[in-house]
Parts: sequence; C-alpha cells; structure tokens
Amino acid sequence: MTLGKILSGLLAGLLFGAGLAISGMTNPDKVLNFLDLTGTWDPSLALVMASAIPVSALAFWLARRRKRPLLEPGFVLPTNTRLETPLFVGSALFGIGWGLGGYCPGPAIASLSQPSVPLGAFLVAMTLGLLASGRVAGWLSPTGTVGPAGASPSAPRQPRG
Amino acid sequence: METQFTPVEALVGGALIGSAVFVLFHTLGRIAGVSGMLGAVLRAATPGGERIWRLAFLLGLLLGPLLAVAILQRPLVQPSPASLPVLIVAGLAVGLGTGMANGCTSGHGVCGVSRLSLRSIVATGVFMAFGFFTASVGRHLFAG
Repeated sequence: MTLGKILSGLLAGLLFGAGLAISGMTNPDKVLNFLDLTGTWDPSLALVMASAIPVSALAFWLARRRKRPLLEPGFVLPTNTRLETPLFVGSALFGIGWGLGGYCPGPAIASLSQPSVPLGAFLVAMTLGLLASGRVAGWLSPTGTVGPAGASPSAPRQPRG
Repeated sequence: METQFTPVEALVGGALIGSAVFVLFHTLGRIAGVSGMLGAVLRAATPGGERIWRLAFLLGLLLGPLLAVAILQRPLVQPSPASLPVLIVAGLAVGLGTGMANGCTSGHGVCGVSRLSLRSIVATGVFMAFGFFTASVGRHLFAG
C-alpha cells in the first residue's frame, strides 16, 4: 500500500499548502503585522488558528472511535510529556526567528513555489539548524537523550512542528 | 508593509489546514508537523517507507499554493521584508529551535494544542510570546 501512503501524504500536503497560501501565512508581511503589536496590527492569523484547531480537534476526537487509521496498523502520537529545558529554549529561539523573518517551517517550504535567493538562504539555514538541533538539545539535557538525534522508528518521539 | 484584515480567507485557510491534519491522521495515523517531517526526511536512519510519504507531503506543501493561486487567480506567495543576513539568522533560529522543541506552529500550535498536550500548549505559549516580542521590539530596532 505504498502508493496509498504516497497519495495520502500528497493530498494532506496539498490541503496544508493551499490552506497556508489562502490564509495569508505565505505572506511574511502579514505574519509580521500579526506579531508586531505596535504598528499596523493585522489580526487575521489569529483566525487561522481559531479555525484550524477545532477542525484538528475534531479529527483527533473522531479517531478515538477507530481502532486504527486506514493505511497503517496504528496511530502514532508523541509519548514525551516532560517539560524539559530544550522545549523552552527551542521554542524561544523559534519565536525569535519567526518574529525576525516572518517564516515558520511550513510557510517557508510552501513559499518555495516562488523561489528566491533570500528564501533559499532562509531554508538552507533552517535545515542546518534542524540538523544541529539534536546535538544542542543534548547539551541542555542531563540525560543527553532529548531531541531528534534520540528519536528512532521504534520509539516514535519525533519532532513534529 | 501594511496588510488588510482578511477574516474569510483566514478562516477558510485554517479549515483547510485542519482538514490536512484530518486526512493525515485518519489515513496514516500521523501528526501533521512540518519541522518533524523535514527532520525525519533529513535523517539518514529514517527507513525508505517512513521517508516516502513525508516527501510526498512536503511536495504537496510546495504545490498547494500553486493550486490556490490557480483557483483564486491572485498572488498569494510574497517575499519577506527582512534582509538577507536577518533571514539567515532567522532560518538558523527557526531550524535549531523547532528541532530542539520537537515542533513548530503546525506540530505544537495546531496538532498539539488541539490534542490538549501540555508540552505543546507550553511550547506554543513560549514561541508566540517570543514572536510577538521580537516582531514588536526587534523589528523597530532593525528598521530604525
């Protein structure tokens, strides 16, 4: 059922990318005008969350009535519930980067449909940061097992943002 | 640059994002988290079967805006107003940060919050707070 998995991934990606574009998330000016409370505030993006969250919540709620998803033997949910240092430091760093450029990972990749040098530079830097993140998270965590480097297919603790 | 408040587009786009979460969870049983998918695709240890549907998702993510532009017949993808050096720093911070926190706006902000995950609610609160602070304060420092 590999073809089915590919088509599912593709359909979900298309819906996600179209949603990001229609909602205004692929316009960094709009993102920064939402995050900048001191200037010409544009509250649109609050409504993106206000609409995406209930639909997602419905998806997770309805899934409770199913034993398994259509194409896989089971549901895979993050199992880590600890509030450890890398979660705080990482989220703070992410917020700073988001507030500087107006890109979070999804819209940055979706914006590749109109490639440019600055966007390419952002994406290369983001990829390098992602690759280094496991090591940096390890420095902050006493056990050294936190972060993407510690994730494996048998222990599905993958980053998911 | 000033932008218009677009409530209808925001609500419709958000519902589409939610429906993407719906499709992915009900077919493959997976959370639609973009930084996590990119991370898994990049890791050499990820098996081919785990990589291929993530690559398909990322391809769809890239093609989705083209579809939306074709339907709505107006430009939807715009460049960032930030300069090249600022974008490089921003990219490093976003990649490092989302990797360390195991999630970004999609995985924590949409999926995690809608599952009422405490980790995700905390992460979302922190990145929103730092995003607001950076854009509200830092933007004026850089722009002058």
